[in-house]
Amino acid sequence: MNEPENHQKSPLEPHLKELEDEAIFIFREVAAEFENPVMLYSVGKDSSVLLHLARKAFYPEKIPFPLLHINTGWKFSQMIEFRDALIKRYELELISFTNPRGSSENVTPFTHGSALYTDIMKTQALRMALDEGQYDAAFGGARRDEEASRAKERIYSFRTPDHRWDPRNQRPELWSIYNGMIRKGESVRAFPLSNWTESDVWQYIRAEDIPIVPLYFAKNRPVIERDGMLILAEDERLELAPNEQIKQMDIRFRTLGCFPLSGAIKSEARNIDEIIEEIEIATVSERQGRAIDRDQAGSMEMKKREGYF
Amino acid sequence: MSELNLAKQQDLTKFTLKNLSPLRFITCGSVDDGKSTLIGRLLWDTKAVKEDQEERLRQDSRKQKDGLNLPEFALLLDGLQAEREQGITIDVAYRYFSTSKRTFIVADTPGHEQYTRNMATGASSAELAILLVDARVGILEQTKRHAMIASMMGIKQFILAVNKIDLANYDRQLFETIETEFSEFALSLGITDIISIPMCALKGENVVNKDLEHMAWYEGPTLLEALERATIRSKQTVGFRMPVQRVCRPNESLRGYQGTVSGGAVKPGDSVVILPSGIKANVTNIITFDLVRNAAVAGDAITLELDRNVDIARGDMISSIDARPLVGHNFSANIICLAQSGIVANKRYWLKSSSKLQRVVVEPISVIDLKSGQYDACDSFELNNIGKVKLRFEEEANFDIYDENPDTGSFILIDPDSNNTIAGGMISAKIEQVANIDNFNEEEIIVFSMSLVEAKKLQQLEGFKEISDKVQQTQTIKSKLRNLLSDID
Ligand SMILES: Nc1nc2c(ncn2[C@@H]2O[C@H](COP(=O)(O)OP(=O)(O)OP(=O)(O)O)[C@@H](O)[C@H]2O)c(=O)[nH]1
Ligand SMILES: [Mg+2]
Repeated sequence: MNEPENHQKSPLEPHLKELEDEAIFIFREVAAEFENPVMLYSVGKDSSVLLHLARKAFYPEKIPFPLLHINTGWKFSQMIEFRDALIKRYELELISFTNPRGSSENVTPFTHGSALYTDIMKTQALRMALDEGQYDAAFGGARRDEEASRAKERIYSFRTPDHRWDPRNQRPELWSIYNGMIRKGESVRAFPLSNWTESDVWQYIRAEDIPIVPLYFAKNRPVIERDGMLILAEDERLELAPNEQIKQMDIRFRTLGCFPLSGAIKSEARNIDEIIEEIEIATVSERQGRAIDRDQAGSMEMKKREGYF
Repeated sequence: MSELNLAKQQDLTKFTLKNLSPLRFITCGSVDDGKSTLIGRLLWDTKAVKEDQEERLRQDSRKQKDGLNLPEFALLLDGLQAEREQGITIDVAYRYFSTSKRTFIVADTPGHEQYTRNMATGASSAELAILLVDARVGILEQTKRHAMIASMMGIKQFILAVNKIDLANYDRQLFETIETEFSEFALSLGITDIISIPMCALKGENVVNKDLEHMAWYEGPTLLEALERATIRSKQTVGFRMPVQRVCRPNESLRGYQGTVSGGAVKPGDSVVILPSGIKANVTNIITFDLVRNAAVAGDAITLELDRNVDIARGDMISSIDARPLVGHNFSANIICLAQSGIVANKRYWLKSSSKLQRVVVEPISVIDLKSGQYDACDSFELNNIGKVKLRFEEEANFDIYDENPDTGSFILIDPDSNNTIAGGMISAKIEQVANIDNFNEEEIIVFSMSLVEAKKLQQLEGFKEISDKVQQTQTIKSKLRNLLSDID
């Protein structure tokens, strides 16, 4: 992890270069137009790419805004370790926010169900954190290819003072001329990775040597099967039901979130080349392993309208 | 072929695929003509729909009356609840897919007139437009509106998809009539690159697979073949342009100007001019995160270092000295009105272009009548109007003609009352302002007189060109001038 920071690399393939240039343009535009931006950092692979692009966009300056991590308290412990090491290494400013209702009302993914839990610990938490910091712009690593309602979202996505998204009334967004005019209290969510696909993200991670949480790589790990999902059983917070048994399996994660809600996939892909190969031939989409997307049809749009990322 | 060779060859196809920039295209046309169904079908037939998405789609699809047992392909695109409830597209959806030959970014736009703003959003960054027509209905006003917007925004390649041909008995004559009618209309817009394809989006006939059963009479390419063959405009233009997005000052000794090259190229040692100030400087360094570069071209996001400390701020344009953008207070432009509030004459709006916000007053000139194709004089614009305007800036502005450089020739208008984007525009010309002594700021004026030959030489000088719109030039004869000058002490 300690080779020199910016070294001569072979040039990027044209389509990745185009995506990178677009993302850098968006970062600079938002940083220049808004008074108090923040970057949502979820520790996942998209966030890792986002962070890398932010560092590139402002170099030789440091990233001129803080990172915000909405910590539900139920993230994989490997994610938190990785996050802390990275923050130290790159000398970043990180704000970690946890909704106090989590501990005061004992809100957990087991007791409250994934939908309510996500609303309180992610959506509400995000709104509280954004209000507290009075941020007028928040970068996120969402991609349009992730989900059908995301595919509709603008690069500058306008939010009302109570963080609502009105998908029926988005501002037109022509060329790459973004309209950043807002009133006090209103805000914009900005998505530099809008036009990236999952495969682009992995190819870019490979080309740029971007560090990611090791859980993305296949390894023999203990798991249980629950509701048709493979849940990692490395955490003492996981309580087993009487009929549940821990098995050892070669698994990895395609997306990372809260460990009780993230399903692993069986995989032998132990390095990036193998991951890219696996994705090219995958027959299911990356969101398949996410419990929160399965609650009901259109659930992502509903959550987004409420202020979820 | 040996295993090794085979592997090599596969690598090679992968390599060529990635070396092409993706083709950006849109679907457009009137409401319900089958745009979303077509893209859904295209994704389906190119295997871009994964198993879990397919399962979801089958669940969400209502039973189709036609007994074909096909899912509602449009639901792959129409992702908003309101869209699913109403069975229409409201906002543009972006999707990404690839074949062994190429990668694609498609924007599926709404046909409904009310959402024209979202169609324009999709069209602004596209290279090619698939214009759909319902074979039974033919070309409508909305079809023409979309063709016109796409063409104004610089799209040169069109695919006319005569869809739902299954509901019109796969009638060849009908197809040819629509084809002819459209090419006549298109010619009036200057569109010449058109491929017409008869198709049934729902069943995927002539989409990815050729339909030999009903349309053996059609000899042209399938939709996918046509898309794979499309070309991409070169972004390389003559003059170097870099709009400054922000100034970075990591330490006392370094001032870096950050932006994306939006035309031409630059290398250390080049002399550049900063607009609007007109100050000149030399490039010393091109800084990027990875390495110090020895050149940058259009599209590159870079940081420039100059050899002297000059006053440069966000919104300024760094340009080559010999091929500069047009500089002036008055420009003419084509415009599409995107807001209910319309555009009012003589109101002050914000205009944003190339990271710069400026005050502008818009003078409507003419609006197009879609039925006749004629421009009629007008004094305001309503929602969805397309027409010509004159822009009057309070401070000197700089642009390129949109056709020459879309990045530095495009703009949006923002209503300061609502903060909404109310129009998209494309610069078509600079309006030459004839300098007039009434516009001079100071009372004292100097009059030069010289022979025509010398005057021609003066007009050629770089320095004179910079101020030529501030010099009143009048040609007269010696005797008249002698009389005039004798009156001045
Ligand atoms: N028979 C037949 N029906 C079709 C065909 N293409 C589309 N349809 C049907 O036409 C209807 C409208 O299709 P959409 O794809 O939603 O139309 P659209 O152009 O996207 O509509 P907007 O986006 O709202 O403008 C649906 O019921 C489709 O099943 C076709 O080729 N043949
Ligand atoms: Mg549609």
